Amino acid sequence: MTEEFKSPYDKQGWLNVLMRSREASLVLLIVALTVLTTALNPRFLSPQSLKDLMLNVSIIALLVLGQTVIILMRQIDLSISSIVGITAFFSGTLFVNHPAIPSVVVVLLAVLAGLLLGAVNAALIAWGKIPSLITTLGTLYIFRGANYAWVHGRQVNAVNVPGSFLAIGTSTFAGIPILTWIVLILLVVFSIGLRQYRAGREFYAIGSNLNAAVLAGINVSRLLATGFIISGAIAGLAGALWLARFGTVDATAAEGIELTVITSTVVGGVAITGGVGTVVGAVLGALLLSVFSSTLVFLRVPSFWQQAFQGAMLLLAIAVDAYLAYRHALRSRVKWSRV
Amino acid sequence: MREGQPNTRRLAGRVNWEALLALLLLIAVVGGTLLNKDFLTTDNWANLLANFVEIALMALPLSLIVITGEIDLSVASMLGLSSSLLGLLWDAKVAVALGIVVCLLVGALCGALNGFLIVRFRLPSLAVTIGTLALFRGFAYILLGDKAVADFPPEYIAFGIGVVPFTFIPVPFALFIILAVVFWVVLHHTTLGRSLYAIGGNQTAALFSGINLNRLKMLLFVTSGIISALAGIVFTFRFSSSRADNGTGFELSAIAAVFLGGVTVQGGKGTVTGVVLSLLLIGIINNVLTLADVSNEILRIVTGSLLIVSVLLPNIIASTRERLRLMQRQKEIANLSAASVSK
Repeated sequence: MTEEFKSPYDKQGWLNVLMRSREASLVLLIVALTVLTTALNPRFLSPQSLKDLMLNVSIIALLVLGQTVIILMRQIDLSISSIVGITAFFSGTLFVNHPAIPSVVVVLLAVLAGLLLGAVNAALIAWGKIPSLITTLGTLYIFRGANYAWVHGRQVNAVNVPGSFLAIGTSTFAGIPILTWIVLILLVVFSIGLRQYRAGREFYAIGSNLNAAVLAGINVSRLLATGFIISGAIAGLAGALWLARFGTVDATAAEGIELTVITSTVVGGVAITGGVGTVVGAVLGALLLSVFSSTLVFLRVPSFWQQAFQGAMLLLAIAVDAYLAYRHALRSRVKWSRV
Repeated sequence: MREGQPNTRRLAGRVNWEALLALLLLIAVVGGTLLNKDFLTTDNWANLLANFVEIALMALPLSLIVITGEIDLSVASMLGLSSSLLGLLWDAKVAVALGIVVCLLVGALCGALNGFLIVRFRLPSLAVTIGTLALFRGFAYILLGDKAVADFPPEYIAFGIGVVPFTFIPVPFALFIILAVVFWVVLHHTTLGRSLYAIGGNQTAALFSGINLNRLKMLLFVTSGIISALAGIVFTFRFSSSRADNGTGFELSAIAAVFLGGVTVQGGKGTVTGVVLSLLLIGIINNVLTLADVSNEILRIVTGSLLIVSVLLPNIIASTRERLRLMQRQKEIANLSAASVSK
C-alpha cells in the first residue's frame, strides 16, 4: 500500500527537480545567458556593466514585490507606472520648492502619496466591486493624465536635487548599489511576510480558491484593499527612487513599465491564475528579463526588438505555467485513481 | 400584497440602460449646442463622427468578446501593426490594394494566435492579450522602427477623409454603420448570437447544450483581428501617416465604450445598440471638450473616469435594488408576523 501514497513527483530526475522549482530553473537560465553573452563579449561581466545591470533591475524588482501580492490574489495592478511617474515628479517638486527638506521626509511623503493613490484603487475594487483590470486600466490613464496636467511641460532637473539624495541612486555599499540593498531588504521582509504570517497566507488562499477563502472566514474585501494599498505604497517608494536614479523627471517618467513588471512577475513563476508563486522567484524573473535585455544590447540587436521579445516571454511563461498545472492535475488524478 | 409594491421599484425594473444612454446623449447634444455655437454645424459633425471611427470599429467585435466573458486588450496593437505593415508595403512599392489584403490577412493571423492560445491551451484571455499587446506592438516597431511613411496615393486619402456624397457623413463612418448593422443582425437575430449570450451566461450549460465553444471563441478573436486591422487601414488613410505607435492606448477607449454601452464585465449581457449609443456619447463628450479648448490630458482623465463610472454605476444600481428588495421582504415578514400575532 505504501508505494501508492508516494508523491506524484517521486521520480527524482534532475530535470524534474528543475521543473518543480521555478527559482532553480530561473537561476540556471540567468547563468546560461550570462556565460553565453560573456563568451561573445567579455565586457558583459565588467564591474561597471554589472553595476548598471543591478541598478537597472532594482526599481523593476521593487515594483515586482507589490505586483506579486496582487497577482497572488488573482488580481492585476496596471496603474503602478502612473503612480511611479506622479510620485517621482512630486518628490522632485518638493526639492525644488523646499531646497532644505531632508531626503528622508521626501521619501516618506512619496510613499504616503503612492499609498493614497493605491487607496483609490483599493476603494474602487474592494467596495465598488469593479474588477481590478477595469479599475487600474482607468486609473492608469487618470493618474497619468493628472500628471501631464500638473507637470504641464516642465521638468525636474538633477541640479535641483541635492547630491546626497542622488547618491542613493548611484553610490554603492560593500560593492552593491544602495538601491539594490533597499530591494534586498524589502525582498526579505516580503518573503517572510508572505510565507510565515497569517495575512500572507491569506493572499495565497484568496487566489487559490475564492469561495473556500470566504467560507474559511477570510475578510476578502479588506485583504484586497490591503494588497492594492501595499502596491501603491511600493510604487510611491519606487517613484522617489526613480528621481534618485535618473535625476531628471518629466511627465513621461516610467511610462509603460507596468508591462515589464507584470512580465517579470509572471516569468518569475507567479501564476496569473492566482495562488502560486514566491517573491524570490518574481525578483529572479525581473533579473532574467534585465539580463536578457542587456544581452540584446550587447549583441547589438536593435532596441525596437525589445518589446516584441518581452511580449513573447510573457506568453511563453503563461503557457509553461498552464502546462505545469495541467501535468500536476493529471498526476494527482492518476494517484487518486490508484487509491 | 402584490398590488402594494412601491411604484418606483417597477419603474426601476423597466428603465433600461439604452434608454438612460439615449437620455444622456440628448443632454450632451443640447448641452453642446448651448455651450458652443459651432457644435451643431455639419462640418463639426463630420469631424466628430470621423474622430472616433477606429475605436468604434474595434468596439464592435470587442463587445461580442466581452459578452462571452472574455476580453481582448490587444486590439490597439493590431491596429498599429496593420498601419505599420501598410506603410512598409507602400514604401516597398507594393500596390495599395494588395497591401490592404495583406494587412487584413495579418490581422486575421494575429486574432487567430490570440484565439489559439486561449482556446487550445485554455489560457486566460486577459493574460494572453496583455502578452500580445506587447508582442504585436513590438512587431510594429520591428517593421517600421521610428520611421514614418506618408505620401499615400490620393484616391485612398480621399477614402480616409472624404464624405458620402450629398451628406456630411464621413466615408469611414459609413463603413462603421454597415458593420454595426451586420453585428446587430448577427448578435440579436441569429442562433450564433444567442449562443454568445449562452456562453457568457453559463459556459458549462452552453457546452452541454451542444454549443461549440472553441469554434465560436476562435471566430470572435479572428474577427477582432480583422476588424482591428481594418481600423488600422482607416487610421492610416485618415491621417495619411503610418507609424509604429499609431493608436497607442486606443484599447482603453474601446473597452470604456463597451462597458458604458451596458455590456457587463461578467458577460452574458449587452446589446449592439447600447454600444453604438455609448460610442456616440463618448464621441460627443470628447468633441465638446475639444471645442472648449480642453487639453488632451484632461480628455485622458475623462476617458479613464468614464470607464470606471460605467462599471461602478450599474454595480451601485444593482446593490440599491437588492437593498430595496430586502427592505420590502422585511416589511412583508413584519406584516405577516403582526397578522399571526393578532390572530
